[in-house]
Amino acid sequence: MAAAAKETTFKADSRSLSPAEIAKDLAGAGIITLLLLTPIVFYKTIMNQGTLLLDTRLKLVLSLTAAVVIGRLLLHLFVWQRAPRAGTAKIAAPAATDWRETVVKWIVPVLLLIAILLPWVVQLIPGWERRGLGIAIYIMSYIMLAWGLNIVVGLAGLLDLGYVAFYAVGAYAYALLTTIYFPLWFGDGIIPWTFYLVLPLAGFLAAMWGVILGFPVLRLRGDYLAIVTLAFGEIIRLVLINWFSFTKGPQGINVPKATFFGLPFADEPGSFADFFGLEYNRLHFFFFIYYTILILSIVTYVATNRLRRLPVGRAWEALREDEIACRALGINTTSTKLTAFAIGAMFGGFAGSFFAARQGFVSPESFVYIESALVLAIVVLGGLGSQLGIVFAAVLIMGSFELFRELGFLQRILPEGVEPVQFRMLCVGLAMVLMMRWRPRGLVTRRDPTVYLKEKKAVSADLVSQGHG
Amino acid sequence: MSENWSIDPELRVEHLTMRFGGLTAIGDLSFDAGRKQITALIGPNGAGKTTVFNCITGFYKPTEGMIIHRHPGGREFLLERMDDFRITQHSKVARTFQNIRLFGGMTVLENLLVAQHNVLMRASGYTIGGLLGSGHFKKREAEAIELAKYWLGKTGLVDRADDAAGDLPYGAQRRLEIARAMCTRPRLLCLDEPAAGLNPRESEELNRLLISIRDEHSMAILLIEHDMSVVMGISDHIVVLDYGRKISDGTPNHVKNDPAVIRAYLGVEDEQEEPIAQKLVAEGLKVHEKEGPAPRKPTQRTTSAARKGTRK
Repeated sequence: MAAAAKETTFKADSRSLSPAEIAKDLAGAGIITLLLLTPIVFYKTIMNQGTLLLDTRLKLVLSLTAAVVIGRLLLHLFVWQRAPRAGTAKIAAPAATDWRETVVKWIVPVLLLIAILLPWVVQLIPGWERRGLGIAIYIMSYIMLAWGLNIVVGLAGLLDLGYVAFYAVGAYAYALLTTIYFPLWFGDGIIPWTFYLVLPLAGFLAAMWGVILGFPVLRLRGDYLAIVTLAFGEIIRLVLINWFSFTKGPQGINVPKATFFGLPFADEPGSFADFFGLEYNRLHFFFFIYYTILILSIVTYVATNRLRRLPVGRAWEALREDEIACRALGINTTSTKLTAFAIGAMFGGFAGSFFAARQGFVSPESFVYIESALVLAIVVLGGLGSQLGIVFAAVLIMGSFELFRELGFLQRILPEGVEPVQFRMLCVGLAMVLMMRWRPRGLVTRRDPTVYLKEKKAVSADLVSQGHG
Repeated sequence: MSENWSIDPELRVEHLTMRFGGLTAIGDLSFDAGRKQITALIGPNGAGKTTVFNCITGFYKPTEGMIIHRHPGGREFLLERMDDFRITQHSKVARTFQNIRLFGGMTVLENLLVAQHNVLMRASGYTIGGLLGSGHFKKREAEAIELAKYWLGKTGLVDRADDAAGDLPYGAQRRLEIARAMCTRPRLLCLDEPAAGLNPRESEELNRLLISIRDEHSMAILLIEHDMSVVMGISDHIVVLDYGRKISDGTPNHVKNDPAVIRAYLGVEDEQEEPIAQKLVAEGLKVHEKEGPAPRKPTQRTTSAARKGTRK
């Protein structure tokens, strides 16, 4: 990585360049890196039964080059845009806000680009082809869940500790409809298509359950609401365990995995690989699943963003700020709360249905309280109501969970019987305590106004109420 | 005494009684609030003024009595039977609060758009049309922003439209709350101590705002206020409460000279009434009586200074 280190000295004083100049600079940096890496990294000598062989490592070279180019792009966007220190305070002050505005403007497209390219970048890292994708899918499903919960907790200010119940409703809706009811109603031919048919239905069913939960808790606030929703989550799980004739209880249900518009991912004629004339590879399924959850997440993000700009979204936020004032303005707080519960639950249902289609198996074990707590932790750590913060928080929490699985090598220096994996909750909990000490309102603490007259000014989190339940 | 407010009242309160357990907060209260008039509800602390407001706006359900809101077209709403949000939605009664209740984390403009929730909700096809990007909704939202701009102009908040409501200074928050109530397009506006905490210049502006709301928008205003410069300066009709009962009802002049009112406010023996009333004259409380609302400035200082002592 000497090349990359050397790289940073190259024109480090570039400031406020136009996009064309940045592109030129990135191309130059990429070419230099390639030239440097070719003799140093590209060739590798291997001893093979006494003979010396030359191996090439194109993937590694390309991934390192990509790392340099992306790193340089990030530096351009976030670091070098800063005004020169030597400048007077007068100039520096507006420049500083410009820098922040640049971040705000670019961060969503950049993150989206990273998310789209991620599965391909992961392929370049030897040994991580499958694992990397698996982790990405895992994190992405938590991002989607947290975005769904964010509507209830972050926007409407209703503390919901039983969100996993809607996840379970979605998953079991998929499992039961796919394995029992759809074949019963429409014949076995429907099975490859069930994922696409059940997905909207699962969302609808979960939304219904959101309303069913919403009704009895409408009058409750704060702690009381939290306790009742917590109980609701447990009730759903216990019903799933004990209603054996319907849900097969703790045995769980095996369900067919998702298909590519009717084409299964298998090594057989008529499968996805066969249809497109590709060589069968298990990774196809992971790619498909990754992009499915990515699309579902983007739908959640865009829908939530649009809802915020509609009267119903503004009413949610107003409800979080002051319920009595809402009523004085003629807002029906009952239906406003119910829509928040229903729409939040709907996205949970989508995510649950996706979960079942990915796993190919559902059981009540997957829907324990800790899942609700984790999703809530992501929402709170990200900053209530902030969709962007949730992305960072999910990557941080779920990513660090996965990181602990990779720490097997520590086994050698740790005493017998101490496994790093067992400490993951402890460390994440500690990290959260520290985060809450330094950033009590979460990672991203700005609220974007939904409408503006002259100038869009972010609202500081200190003014934003956290809801009364 | 049948004054003009009783002929065709906007709001008619009849035998209103509100009991909390053994405590009678309001006892058999009847009064009328005239159309296009400012009716002030005054009385010492704990007299039950805010309770009356909470009954009118549906936050409390009265134990006994009727509250009738009469629209000009002849429609009548029995407010004591309606839910609080339906009162605002259908009967068009808007209110502000004694302790300001703004949506602090939302911008000033957003506050005013939330106030137009019901109109916009219908325009957005109960969210579905809005989600699909309906042009009708966009047009209606632009109209809503125009209305918000109009009230921002009236309250002098145009420059702060994109700031968080919680960031505004106190006086501006009070004005914003009035603007927000007006954005619900009410027929009757109930203001709970709008001048509390305002400096003399700000309460002068408030007077002008309320008079323009009454005259230009043909609104009935019901007002709770302790600041006598506001009450005497702009009210057409004053109702005085003490211990939940009405002790006086009439024009500002009538109320000002009513011995029962002076007794309630100053708590003196009957024979001492005269000297106290004279002292009030000396302090300038009666300036309006002869010269009308114009020379308000000298009064203001004394009354707002006196207010500091009397308010909690």
